[in-house]
Amino acid sequence: MTQNIVEVIVLVVLLGISTPLLGNYMAKIFENKKAPGDRVFGPVERLVYRLTGVSPEREQRWTTYAISLLAFSMVSALVLYGMQRLQAHLPMNPDHLSSVPAPLSFNTAVSFLTNTNWQNYAGEDTMTQFTQMAGLVVQMFVSAAVGITVVVALMRGLTRAKSITLGNFWADLTRIVLRVLMPMAVIATIILIAQGAEQNLHATHMITTVTGQSQGIPGGPVASQEAIKQLGTNGGGYFNANAGHPFESPSGLTNLLLNWLLLSIPFALAWTFGKMARDRKQGLAILGAMGGLFLIGALLVMPLEAHGNVHVTQAHVSQAITSTSPGGNMEGKEVRNGPIISGLFNSSSTSTSTGSINSANDSYTALGGGVILFNMMLGEISPGGTGSGLYGMLIIAILAVFIAGLMVGRTPEYLGKKIQAAEMKLVVIYILLVPFVILTFTAISVVMHSSLASIYNPGPHGLTEVTYAFTSASNNNGSAFAGLSGNTDWYNTTLGLCMLVGRFALMVPVLAIAGSLGRKQRVPASAGTLPTGTPLFSLLLAGIAVIVVGLTYFPVLALGPIVEHLVGKF
Amino acid sequence: MNSASTLDAPEAPQHEPGTGATKRRSATFNSTMVKRALIDAVLKLSPRHMASNPVMFVVEIGSLLTTFYLIRDFGSSTSSENTFALGVVIWLWFTVLFANFAEAVAEGRGKAQADSLRKTRAETVAFVQRGDDVVEVPSSQLQLGDLCVVTPGQLIPGDGDIVEGIATVDESAITGESAPVIRESGGDRSSVTGGTRVLSPRIVVRITSKPGETFLDRMIALVEGASRQKTPNEIALDILLAGLTIVFMFTVVSLQPFSIYSGASQSIIVLVALLVCLIPTTIGALLSAIGIAGMDRLVQRNVLAMSGRAVEAAGDVSTLLLDKTGTITFGNRRAHIFVPMPDVDQHELARAALLSSLADETPEGRSIVELAESHYGQVLPDVQGGELVPFTAQTRMSGLDIDGRSIRKGAADSVRRWVEDQGGSAPVDLAPVVEAISKGGGTPLVVADGPRILGVVHLKDVVKPGIAEKFVEMRKMGIRTVMITGDNPLTAAAIAAEAGVDDFLAEATPEDKMALIKAEQAGGHLVAMTGDGTNDAPALAQADVGVAMNSGTQAAKEAGNMVDLDSNPTKLIDIVEIGKQLLITRGSLTTFSITNDIAKFFAIIPAMFVGVFPALHTLNIMHLSTPHSAILSAVIFNALIIVALIPLALRGVKFRAAGAVSVLRRNLLIYGLGGFIIPFIGIKLIDMIITALGVK
Repeated sequence: MTQNIVEVIVLVVLLGISTPLLGNYMAKIFENKKAPGDRVFGPVERLVYRLTGVSPEREQRWTTYAISLLAFSMVSALVLYGMQRLQAHLPMNPDHLSSVPAPLSFNTAVSFLTNTNWQNYAGEDTMTQFTQMAGLVVQMFVSAAVGITVVVALMRGLTRAKSITLGNFWADLTRIVLRVLMPMAVIATIILIAQGAEQNLHATHMITTVTGQSQGIPGGPVASQEAIKQLGTNGGGYFNANAGHPFESPSGLTNLLLNWLLLSIPFALAWTFGKMARDRKQGLAILGAMGGLFLIGALLVMPLEAHGNVHVTQAHVSQAITSTSPGGNMEGKEVRNGPIISGLFNSSSTSTSTGSINSANDSYTALGGGVILFNMMLGEISPGGTGSGLYGMLIIAILAVFIAGLMVGRTPEYLGKKIQAAEMKLVVIYILLVPFVILTFTAISVVMHSSLASIYNPGPHGLTEVTYAFTSASNNNGSAFAGLSGNTDWYNTTLGLCMLVGRFALMVPVLAIAGSLGRKQRVPASAGTLPTGTPLFSLLLAGIAVIVVGLTYFPVLALGPIVEHLVGKF
Repeated sequence: MNSASTLDAPEAPQHEPGTGATKRRSATFNSTMVKRALIDAVLKLSPRHMASNPVMFVVEIGSLLTTFYLIRDFGSSTSSENTFALGVVIWLWFTVLFANFAEAVAEGRGKAQADSLRKTRAETVAFVQRGDDVVEVPSSQLQLGDLCVVTPGQLIPGDGDIVEGIATVDESAITGESAPVIRESGGDRSSVTGGTRVLSPRIVVRITSKPGETFLDRMIALVEGASRQKTPNEIALDILLAGLTIVFMFTVVSLQPFSIYSGASQSIIVLVALLVCLIPTTIGALLSAIGIAGMDRLVQRNVLAMSGRAVEAAGDVSTLLLDKTGTITFGNRRAHIFVPMPDVDQHELARAALLSSLADETPEGRSIVELAESHYGQVLPDVQGGELVPFTAQTRMSGLDIDGRSIRKGAADSVRRWVEDQGGSAPVDLAPVVEAISKGGGTPLVVADGPRILGVVHLKDVVKPGIAEKFVEMRKMGIRTVMITGDNPLTAAAIAAEAGVDDFLAEATPEDKMALIKAEQAGGHLVAMTGDGTNDAPALAQADVGVAMNSGTQAAKEAGNMVDLDSNPTKLIDIVEIGKQLLITRGSLTTFSITNDIAKFFAIIPAMFVGVFPALHTLNIMHLSTPHSAILSAVIFNALIIVALIPLALRGVKFRAAGAVSVLRRNLLIYGLGGFIIPFIGIKLIDMIITALGVK
């Protein structure tokens, strides 16, 4: 128990240190200032620009920025799709895996393209080492970077005045991959390897176990994928068991490292925002709201799991701490992690759109699972995915400023930019789309005969399973609740659609808002301006997010996790 | 309804013309108005009208839908089901009607005012000069440029400028101010308004606006709200409300499949009830009433805003340009103190100053007499046999010759020369005193009795009482005040310091003023100003909020986006406050509307599903008696809260000048937290009442 608490505290301290350091560094990168490592990265960057014909100083309007982003993503998807379809004929296939069937290839391509990493397959027996390394891992880097480019454009829109351009997408993408993701991923990979994570290109070793059974030990470049999987809030594990697999996360230390990695960039970006706004308090207010919501989620899940399942207790099954069991709700959890660390990990991964898990969500307590679901419903803003978390929170900030700004008697403004009908229209689109796809598809799935067959647990728990799947896909989280066989035509198609909507149908309005705000003049702040760099504003942000989301999903939460908790019917 | 008095301007001085700040005889609630509003509320049910308000339009469709299902299923349902359904249907219709009623009441006051203005606009006969003849022309057929002769007692047939003569005009029909005003040809007080009455004598007016487009016509349209368009901010808020409505439609529509899955299919009536409770009906119902009432509050303060956009902009103003004269100071210099020279008694100086000023009919002269009487115990002397020496441009002195004494007062140089001519000399102390007064922004007048200089009268601009406090409030609200004056920088600085303005523009020309507005706007500020002269017109047009004085020229009135009928420039401050109050009211009621939903969920969701999941009773934290009573209570609360908030919407949320932080904290507490708590209490109370009445 004490060890668990120490681990939680160490994580918070690590984040406290990394947030300002990484945040300041990223601000330098985004603003094209002198930064550490210029001598190493500068020449590489210039080489990339020369090879790709990019002129980094040519800034783009929001429309060009968006078109570049969409074009890049479309090409990425096609490449990834083709690679899976042809993997049997491509190199680095020591286990002679066949090519991936078309529907699954499509689903996986969309899933990795959108930083979701919903996996309708088990990595070790479906994807070749080449597909994992050259296909999936590459997407893990660039999809995380694409998310960041959008928020960089939005931050530029908010902080520039009377500017019609928002930067160059290609240059931003290059710099983010090269200077932020690469170095951090390399360091993390080395630590993982040192701790015993697998990193080789071997074929599967067949061995005979002590009981005389035969067992396959798969090889593969696992550590390198693990690092970017967490860092880029991707979540697509090399193995089906994800971060619960000892080859992915061999020790308590790596578990902590993985947990820190997935939170590091999303939190640091809030700091970067303050830096770019030339007002650290603006960043701190965002950070406060993100951190507050994150802690509330984690601090609910951990004790709920540690306390165990009420209905199991009623059935006279002991959930007490013993020398062999960490106690609490241990179903679907690893003994070496226990309920608290497992709860922290899964709460972190659902708060960040990562979706990697070290325990089975399906087996969480009703309310514990409900909180994990709610983490995603918040729209992945606590602190959310790389880039997408901050832009989601900034949209909430614009909404909060609009309502609160009226309450102080001024046309609402954020960082001196007036929030008017044009921006509100885009904000409303942003806010409407995700609930629309989640609720529509979930509603159809629970009444349609064919899709009902995919539910393993009819009743409230089944409703949670389906809601979870669509919430996870639409918010680009990618974690699965399990208990739902998602590899059917209906789920493959609708979940794929949800992933696309949750990614690109939101990015375009965000870029449009960035463009619209960038063109505006900045209104100087005065005593009559709503201050947005205060704890009160953090509270307002968190409050509005919780109330708006809570009201939207209250009925389905009531009929799923809440009823399950109250009734004890699964 | 007049609690807008918290916005009262500093008491207007008595002697200033046209600043009586008389409130328009505001038509408060009376039975005819309520009757008219009730009828309008029903007429407004027309879908064409409802479509402009998406939130209430959804409620209306919901009401129609539930009515249909009520009638269809009436025969096949149990009596308790029918009572419940009937209750929901009735209260849904009430919700729509209450919203329409709110709007109708807000419009009602304007309509009543428009009616009384229309009487003024009655057809009159104009006497138009055509060559040497005077022709009678109906006022409705006047043309631009016609020259009309108006004799005492006649109504002026149309808007125009006086080209000949000077007259007293009774403008009470428009301004509500009974004291007549003086209008004369040439200068900045030449404009007259159609429908006002000439008292004396004859004048000739050149018509400047077409019949049907006169000031009175526009005023009628404005107070009536006929030309009302949604303001930019209202549009943005409408988008948000429509968005919330759509989100909740997703929630409710998807709830039916979830209910079917859970084995508790819901009736359309219950689903519509839930939807109406969730969508932001409170703010949706009151939004247009808030806007109309905001305009109306201005009208009540005798300010006509040409558009709602201008009222909203007033709330955003961050720089106020205020003319010194008439706004910050009374507009003329007044005697402040007598400074005697060494070995001169102050009473002797006071008496001499008084005597020297008897010939001086200027306000400055009168103020010297007043000061001598009030503060130095002098009585008006008998000056028979004396000879009054009036002020001339050559001598720059005025005074009195009596009993062989020559008493003079005037500019320091002139008096010193006059004294020296008589063989006297200026005391050494004179120069420092004169200089000190000048430096402090005052005007020194030297008083001499023959060759002897007695002392100095210190004249200064008197800052209106209470104005400094207003500027402190403005600063709290984040508004910068800039004083505009033609004075030299020294004088201007002194007045600026005394009044507490943030900045000043001295020796200002109209071009300087324009440049200042443009510079402020380039820096992102919204600028408000007042003006009355023709040369103010470009600046009035450039400013975001330009308030023209009704006494000013036609050009100024055309250029500004508001007209102050009282011609009281200090009112600019009130206008800003009314603009802010309008936005605050919208924001607060939006917050209230959203936080209300939490309690409604806790009333309705357990009621819907407690049948299949009895354990959900735990969520019935209000312990509402039955599912039917719970749902009906939420619907009734939702409708009644609209009525309860109509007075607040019309009056506006109480406004206090304070910084954004404290305003936000206060309003979040009242309307955010209040909006969260009140429905829990309200729904519980309604549940107790309807349960007692037998709803099961």
